[in-house]
Amino acid sequence: MRKSFRAGAVAMLAAAAMLTAGCSGGAGTGSAAESAASDPNQKVELTYWAWAPNLDKVVDLWNQKNPNIHVTVNKQDGGDPAVTKLLTAVKAGSGAPDLIQAEYQKIPTLVAADALADLSKTSANDTKSHFPDGVWNSVTLGGEALYSVPQDTGPMVFYYRADVFDKLGLSVPKTWDEYAETAKAVHATDPEAYLGTFSSNDAGWFTGMAQQAGASWWGIDGDAWSVKVDEDPTQKVAGYWGGLVQDGVIDNKPMYTPEWNTALNTGKQVGWLSAAWGPGVLAGNAGATAGQWKAAPMPQWDAANPATGNWGGSSTAVTSQSKNVDAAAKFATWLNTDAEAVKALVTETGIYPADSAGAESALTTAPEFFSNQPDFYKVVGEAAQNVGSFTYGPNVNVTFNAYNDQFAKAAQSKQKSAFLDAVKSMQQVTVDDLKKTGFTVK
Amino acid sequence: MTTTAIRPKPTPTTAARATELRERPSFLSTGILILGALYCLFPVLWVLAAASKSGTELFSTFTLAPSTHLWDNIVELTAYRDGLFWRWMLNTALYAGVGAVVSTWMSALSGYVLAKFDFPGKAGIFKVLLMGVLVPGVILAIPQYLMLAQAGLTNTYWSVLLPQIISPYGIYLARIYAAASVPGDVIEAARTEGAREMYIFNRIAMPMMLPGLVTIFLFQFVAIWNNFMLPYIMLGDDHLFPITVGLNGLLNQGASAPALYTLVLAGALLSIVPLVIMFLLLQRYWRVDLAAGAVKA
Repeated sequence: MRKSFRAGAVAMLAAAAMLTAGCSGGAGTGSAAESAASDPNQKVELTYWAWAPNLDKVVDLWNQKNPNIHVTVNKQDGGDPAVTKLLTAVKAGSGAPDLIQAEYQKIPTLVAADALADLSKTSANDTKSHFPDGVWNSVTLGGEALYSVPQDTGPMVFYYRADVFDKLGLSVPKTWDEYAETAKAVHATDPEAYLGTFSSNDAGWFTGMAQQAGASWWGIDGDAWSVKVDEDPTQKVAGYWGGLVQDGVIDNKPMYTPEWNTALNTGKQVGWLSAAWGPGVLAGNAGATAGQWKAAPMPQWDAANPATGNWGGSSTAVTSQSKNVDAAAKFATWLNTDAEAVKALVTETGIYPADSAGAESALTTAPEFFSNQPDFYKVVGEAAQNVGSFTYGPNVNVTFNAYNDQFAKAAQSKQKSAFLDAVKSMQQVTVDDLKKTGFTVK
Repeated sequence: MTTTAIRPKPTPTTAARATELRERPSFLSTGILILGALYCLFPVLWVLAAASKSGTELFSTFTLAPSTHLWDNIVELTAYRDGLFWRWMLNTALYAGVGAVVSTWMSALSGYVLAKFDFPGKAGIFKVLLMGVLVPGVILAIPQYLMLAQAGLTNTYWSVLLPQIISPYGIYLARIYAAASVPGDVIEAARTEGAREMYIFNRIAMPMMLPGLVTIFLFQFVAIWNNFMLPYIMLGDDHLFPITVGLNGLLNQGASAPALYTLVLAGALLSIVPLVIMFLLLQRYWRVDLAAGAVKA
């Protein structure tokens, strides 16, 4: 209900963005170029659209120290609505903020719409050494320009109910084969209990799993895009989950529903394949189970070469309508690389920082929800080192919508073949949309 | 004899039976009405029960079983970002209150003019107006965003207030009320006495239309109070949000943060209280008006 409503609202805004594309004509953007070298004593007001909880408290630290560059946080409803709103404002020619919290998969879309300022000539360009190469790649898109400063990432790990595992005498699965065995064992003890669920609502989650298997869905070669969804790694992942759902040993209901929350509370969902930010969600949705969960590395396809995917994570971008690109870049640099700021991000917003050194020094004690696992951040930190690179294309939203549509049907049908068909269909929809929008597709 | 004596009898008997029929409650229709009432009240009951639960109880106890945490939830909601929720309530009150009053006045004025004055193009204007009644407001939200973006008014109070001031349906209703309740002779008499047109409208016509205007006011008030899409598109700063957009934001925190279910439920409960009070206070006007409309219009 919540999801479909939100999807409707987002679709509505998307329609707005498309409509405005037709009528904005000469309104023109490109004020990035106008940003003059600002007088350091001149007062600057910046607005910042972001949805991370309590981010305003971190920004307050900046405002206390920098009376000349004042930043106001406007809290948004999450990644999709914020980006669609920004695209609408860019097409309308006014109304965009100076800074925006942009998820990595949205950056190509925003760049294609001319919504972001290039930061490669600003102080933000010196932050490269703070971030893992894969993350840096996703904010430069592999080119000379810099579109955003990385803020947080979501290396995927496997959360499980340690108490239930102990009771059933199960060991933590290290490979996907073992995961399947464990899933069968859990389901055999209680027909309502599952080791996990296949969520047809969370395209980002599935993308992370495909990334772990070695997928990278888009590629760019000169001016031509390639789409590589329907290829071996993704087929392998879809077939694996289709098989588990077909056997009935894994649940087929989406995550983030009241039903799923109930199952987390009552112990009917015994595990969760999620990301580094998982503790916050678990604490909010299943607070009573604190101290009963543990984090482990993701089950592996090839135990000799450990890999994991990334689910979520975002960056701080400066919009093309900002009149103060330098000041905004200075703030974005401070927010995501200053030791004090990164520490505040961790404690106030509960994110997993992209800044490698910052993460190490800020994440010393395990989150309260995982107080039973003192080495929590050691597990997560090792996972973060194993995230492969993944290239997103300019029409991620179309691909993700196709995921939601096709896999909802596949999960409902509980047929392995339907899962493979869904991947095929995602590929087709993505390629068709790229061509229709006017991109060259190889 | 006997037959003549008996003859008049059937008439009163049928009449009596008719009265009896009219007054005796029909089980069928009462049953349907009770079912309808339950259908409408069940979600309210659900919100009431759910708003009284703590976060862990919400997903683990029986749906309709009430709990004792209502006050805790309200306190927590009030603490959320220094009482932002109450700011949303005030914003909604401002949007709905000011918007509905101005909109009602505009509707009354336009309806009165359309009903009582003759001018070229009147029929055309009225037809356009009727077409406007058929266009859902949601569809207009995007063009309105573009217009206000050009005027640089997006993300301000004006961006939500201005588009809701003109209500084709309100004007349409006002025209009917004005035609039915303001006699032309009265206006003529006032003119003869030397009253100016705006004076006649404000001091003579408006009071005569009052019951109808209450209906328009309630319609507009509820429509603005519940409006989601327009403020959702127009506003970026959450200090300007009305309650609907604000609560939606609490639910959609992104995948990496938990949805604040308990706060949203407490907020949803609090947000309907003013509407309930409003309806209890104004419902007698509403009833008088519907009856009046049934006879006169």
